[in-house]
Amino acid sequence: MIRTVFAAALSVSLAGLAPAFADPAVVMAPGGAGGGYDAMARLPFDAMAKEGIFTDGATFTNKGGAGGTIGLAEFVGANKGNDNAVMSMGVIMVGGILLNNSPVTLDDVTPLVRLSNDTGVIAVATDSPIKTVDDLVAALKADIGAVSISGGSAGGVDHIVMALIAKEAGLDPSKLNYIPYDSGAESVTALGGGAVTLAVSGVSEFKPMADAGRIRIIAVTSEGRFDGIDAPSLKEAGLNVVVGNWRGIVGAPGMSPEGRQMWLDRFAKMHESAAWKETLAKQGWEDAYLSGDDFVAFLGEEKTRIAAILKDVGLVK
Amino acid sequence: MDSVTGLMNGFAVALQPQNLMWAFVGTFLGTAIGVLPGIGPALTIALLLPVTVYIEPTAAFIMFAGIFYGAMYGGSTTSILLNTPGESGAMMTALEGNKMARQGRGAAALCTAAIGSFVAGTIGTLGITFLAPPIAELAFIFKPQDYFALMLLAFLSVSVVMGTSKVRGFIALFLGLSLGLVGIDKQTGLQRLTFGVPDLMDGVEMTVVLVSLFAIGETLYVASRFGLHKPNLNPLAGGIWMTKEDWKRSWKPWLRGTAFGFPIGALPAGGAEIPTFLSYTVERKLTRHPEEFGHGAIEGVAGPEAANNAAAAGVLVPLLTLGLPTSATAAILLAAFQNYGLQPGPMLFINSGDLVWGLIASLYVGNLMLLVLNLPLAGLWVRLLFIPRPYLYAGILIFSLVGIWGVSNSWVDLVMMFGVGLLGYMMRVYDFPIAPVLIGLILGPMAEIQLRRALSIGQGDPTILVSTPLSAVLMTVSVLIVLVPAALHWRRTRKIAPLPEDRSPV
Repeated sequence: MIRTVFAAALSVSLAGLAPAFADPAVVMAPGGAGGGYDAMARLPFDAMAKEGIFTDGATFTNKGGAGGTIGLAEFVGANKGNDNAVMSMGVIMVGGILLNNSPVTLDDVTPLVRLSNDTGVIAVATDSPIKTVDDLVAALKADIGAVSISGGSAGGVDHIVMALIAKEAGLDPSKLNYIPYDSGAESVTALGGGAVTLAVSGVSEFKPMADAGRIRIIAVTSEGRFDGIDAPSLKEAGLNVVVGNWRGIVGAPGMSPEGRQMWLDRFAKMHESAAWKETLAKQGWEDAYLSGDDFVAFLGEEKTRIAAILKDVGLVK
Repeated sequence: MDSVTGLMNGFAVALQPQNLMWAFVGTFLGTAIGVLPGIGPALTIALLLPVTVYIEPTAAFIMFAGIFYGAMYGGSTTSILLNTPGESGAMMTALEGNKMARQGRGAAALCTAAIGSFVAGTIGTLGITFLAPPIAELAFIFKPQDYFALMLLAFLSVSVVMGTSKVRGFIALFLGLSLGLVGIDKQTGLQRLTFGVPDLMDGVEMTVVLVSLFAIGETLYVASRFGLHKPNLNPLAGGIWMTKEDWKRSWKPWLRGTAFGFPIGALPAGGAEIPTFLSYTVERKLTRHPEEFGHGAIEGVAGPEAANNAAAAGVLVPLLTLGLPTSATAAILLAAFQNYGLQPGPMLFINSGDLVWGLIASLYVGNLMLLVLNLPLAGLWVRLLFIPRPYLYAGILIFSLVGIWGVSNSWVDLVMMFGVGLLGYMMRVYDFPIAPVLIGLILGPMAEIQLRRALSIGQGDPTILVSTPLSAVLMTVSVLIVLVPAALHWRRTRKIAPLPEDRSPV
């Protein structure tokens, strides 16, 4: 039964037993292993450990589901007043809370920092008659239902981009023919193969396919142009739409002011470090560091903006 | 660098002693996690990602490839011997495989699974080596209507052949379809059958149902019948090797299974399950021993097991050639590539040829290693069945619970395991087939989403469903699958009715 013993040992280690460190942080990743929230939970701690900023280690819990709101609920329930507990989160969670009518919200946690951003791109098939943002707006105006759009989950950041474009163009966002896809791979092949007219996704997911000549990017959702992509920003093209898929870290509910300051200092140091810069580059994340009260204010604006647009789309009553 | 010289260089890399060791570690680990219910290659590789910091890329990918292939293989062992598949791709193997084990032919079933996996894995790897670019193009050709037609075909064909009683089969199927409805509807964001439980919002986890229905249901059933009649079965009655007849009946299913698995595995929405369904159906239709199906037909093990492994090879095609991850495991492999600053895609072969060809060569090596590792052990694994059943099933129960807990850390899932397990027990007691529940649960949501995508793109026009040549052909085949047996049956009964004495056994 050596195999059984081995399997048991494996399963125990897979279940995530923490090494016995001095005072490890309790870290929640509200998404599955290998996803964006998972990376945003683990990589800052890797960088901090490497730079000697925080070396007590961390125990990670992965708890995905319902746009991250299930992990959020568990984090809030289990860590009240724990200065040592933090969680990764991002713009998808802001929308997820509204979409799922989550009883627990981001008002229940202590916002700490925004760390990264992934700019969105709007792309068409290489042989598409739509070549510019103006063409796109014209096509939407001609027959909004005829423009099929693939992107991430309904009410997610890609859908929000399209809803804001429709609104800017004076159209009803709830009329968009938006088709959610589970993965960027499915979405990009649907676009490249001509199944859909238009696709929205993150730079990191679409740029390789655009470079390979499979699809054509017609706009980016950042403020200005994006390095390495030959397309205007939506703003440059005359639509006042700036959206990013940002991610950050929040602390436990009822974290003490000292605890909050301790984490803000740690993240400030980490942000300056070489290890973190290397992480950003490897992950293809844009640096979007925003700390403390600035992040709180930003979070408030995002909540208002996203709530309004989800209502326009008809996903939130 | 053309394929052959590339591959030769790859072998030079993969056959270095330390890389052979990594391949061994990977295949061993992969086999182990394949045996363990719930824990799949995606989770394992994700948890091993941090090691990419410490070891060089070639070694890491060789190990990951071993895990990937090993996991696909490992699932067959528990399916066959204990009727408890650990992954959905191994489900169809359990149907005939476990019946074979109960007749004392477990070793032959394990052998045909091992050799079938090897054959399929090798042909699949050859496919990656020489056919990757054209196969990857399939991803762009398949439109939602084509996917829908393919899923409908898998669905109808497998329903037609399932089970002895049509009524029981359909009840089980609809049970699975209803379970598949639970969760947030992706298209509209509305909740269906969640009853306000947040843990149900993402739907019922397929692995939970798979493990509960098979492992828990089986355990309860064995426990409830334990005192009544003890089986007088020698697990080795059928020998520890395949007979000549077994070989003759296995080699065609291996090849057909591979032909289903490899291209469908390469599709972004393909997966490993659909080819196993199709392979099982086809083998059941083509066999010269239809009477054995449902009672341990070796073709029903050889085909799906080959399909499953070929699909695993297929998944690597779009990942390596286009940088497209089409499964959870592939997405994590992509993350591993990015950890090393590598971007899979057309440029990968040019920029990091050594690495890619090393990886492909290690797939051959790992595959051979799996065969060498598992074939001699088939006779040994079968001896698992000599373990007194109270201990054996207590062990299965604990592994199942640990596996599911390890995946989700969710007590709701554990509660659901017992609920679904009880259902699995009742279904066994009243002779309902279990596989249709899972077929409904797997294919239902997939087919629904493709149907709605297609209709959404066509703005509600139903003719879009047959608008491409592929969808039209697949749709026609689906309709024929339902109508032809019905028509034959009608003709037969009409002819036979006046002359009942002429009735031949059918």
